[in-house]
Amino acid sequence: MKTIADAFALSPNGKAFIPFITAGDPTIEVTEQLVRAMAEAGADLIELGVPFSDPTAEGPVIQDANIRALRNNVTTDDVFDMVERLREGGCAVPLVIMTYANVVFSYGIERFAEREREVGLAGVILPDVPHEEKAEFAEVFGSHGLDVVSLIAPTSHERIRQIAADASGFVYIVSSLGVTGVRSEITSDIAGMVELIRSANPQVPCAVGFGISTPEQAKRMASASDGAIVGSAIVRMIGECGEGCVRPVATYVREMAAAVHSV
Amino acid sequence: MANSPDSRGRFGIHGGQYIPETLMNAVIELEEAYDRYKLDPAFNAELTDLFNNYAGRPSLLYFAANMTADLGGAKVYLKREDLNHTGAHKINNVLGQALLAKRMGKKRLIAETGAGQHGVATATAAALMGMDCVVYMGVEDMERQALNVYRMRLLGAEVRGVSAGTGTLKDAVSETFREWTNRIDDTHYCLGSVMGPHPFPTIVRDFQAVISREARAQCLAVEGKLPDAVLACVGGGSNAIGSFYHFIDDAGVRLIGCEAAGRGIDTWETAATMNTGKLGIFHGMKSYFCQDEYGQIAPVYSISAGLDYPGVGPEHAWLHDTGRAEYVPVTDEEAVSAFEYLSRMEGVIPAIESAHAVAHAIKIAPTMGKDQVIVVTLSGRGDKDVAAIARYRGHDLHE
Repeated sequence: MKTIADAFALSPNGKAFIPFITAGDPTIEVTEQLVRAMAEAGADLIELGVPFSDPTAEGPVIQDANIRALRNNVTTDDVFDMVERLREGGCAVPLVIMTYANVVFSYGIERFAEREREVGLAGVILPDVPHEEKAEFAEVFGSHGLDVVSLIAPTSHERIRQIAADASGFVYIVSSLGVTGVRSEITSDIAGMVELIRSANPQVPCAVGFGISTPEQAKRMASASDGAIVGSAIVRMIGECGEGCVRPVATYVREMAAAVHSV
Repeated sequence: MANSPDSRGRFGIHGGQYIPETLMNAVIELEEAYDRYKLDPAFNAELTDLFNNYAGRPSLLYFAANMTADLGGAKVYLKREDLNHTGAHKINNVLGQALLAKRMGKKRLIAETGAGQHGVATATAAALMGMDCVVYMGVEDMERQALNVYRMRLLGAEVRGVSAGTGTLKDAVSETFREWTNRIDDTHYCLGSVMGPHPFPTIVRDFQAVISREARAQCLAVEGKLPDAVLACVGGGSNAIGSFYHFIDDAGVRLIGCEAAGRGIDTWETAATMNTGKLGIFHGMKSYFCQDEYGQIAPVYSISAGLDYPGVGPEHAWLHDTGRAEYVPVTDEEAVSAFEYLSRMEGVIPAIESAHAVAHAIKIAPTMGKDQVIVVTLSGRGDKDVAAIARYRGHDLHE
């Protein structure tokens, strides 16, 4: 099964376009269609959000998606089962789970990692698990050949080297202060952060997320780093279009992926 | 004390720092500042002066003679945190944190509030120290505690309603964390309970420990011995840890935390974390939480907005694991009856939160000997609850 490293290595120019969607929003069936459509449209790696009742790192758009998914009674097992169906159907795009510590912890870290490997997932992004608490998860996931993605923020400063040195999969650069959501401008010194990451760990790719919505922004972030992550802009589209979201999301992803791959 | 957290902020397996990377340097900066100022004589002298000359400390250890005679067992003392300025124990922690924030060069305090007591205390300290203040409060709680909302505004704070999730305390905490990730440089998150990421559970405990430091000395002075039991209500657990702390090494003192059982621990409408929750990770800490089998945080319920929280502080979780403290459930009905009982028996109207501890004292005092002593912490005054209790009893009373 493909790893996160493959997602970058197999991209046309080594740069990854990474869309995020919340699994189960609007339904788990549509999520399955969205993954296929986004893979076909050029997504290199897809972040699948397992919904959580209290997503403390999310802005209102993704908070609402979590609420919609939980209203549909979508569970962690439903998400694993859906990925299993995708793999059986031949969809091979690298997939990584994005959720909160308690979702993994309550399922059992070992059991969660085992199930990820069984169904063909590549790892996990946990925004409420900083470097200090990472080992509890990374040791178990690592033993299954899975990555726990590390995050770096504009406030990380002298922490960047240590975090990057221990990173696996890719480094998620949080572009701005605050929570997830579309921003008209990204003012942080992304190039400076990337330089620090690369000097500490030349092997691990890094991609920028939080605030990106336009092809121009994606292109700029992908040229400064190794990729661009887009969540809220897509999730908002899903919220607005409901079950009819697959076609507009695919069109949008095609445009964004092209921008990233044109760097 | 043996129960201080380890260097990574752990109480046994509980605690830790489960927060976004964006906030890590802020909590590290806070820990460094606290480690420096907690040993600084000038800082401590200023805090003691604020405690004594602004908040009205030390608070009384009041012998509840009528209650003792009526129950016919142990002597009941009330540790009167309700007599503090702003009417609750919350001011102890807030004065400490505001002073610390000011020393750190912060100009703005943000806080969550449930019943409104911590919000009022934070707004008060901000007014006193000339700081800006924004308080996040669930919309459900804003309706339940409308007077406290106006009180905060009167004190110059901005109150922002939180409609996400259940619109109660847990959502207010989440939203305050979100706001903190947005604005860190000039802003201190003045967390109201012994919860959240390290070092908050330790900082809040240390500022609240004044309760047991006084109560222990007061009890020794009046009774010539330590109490047999110390009772306090537990939501996040700040007044309880403050009431327990200086008794933890006194093995003969029973420490009893009283949780909000809501409509009962066999129903879904409960907030009794120790009795119904399981181990989890939320709001920055590993501890016990009310949650479903997939780790979704439960929409808890209690008549008391201040105890209506699905988790509990990590040091309590550890005291529970080691058996040093016991945690008992108290229902809405028992708490309301105790609220009425203490009002009539002693002329003291307790906060509905504190009434949970009073209710358990009413249960155990008669089973104890007349030479035994119970200390019950009255964490706050009940004026804010009068209308809600009237409605609970079927009177059509609105503020």
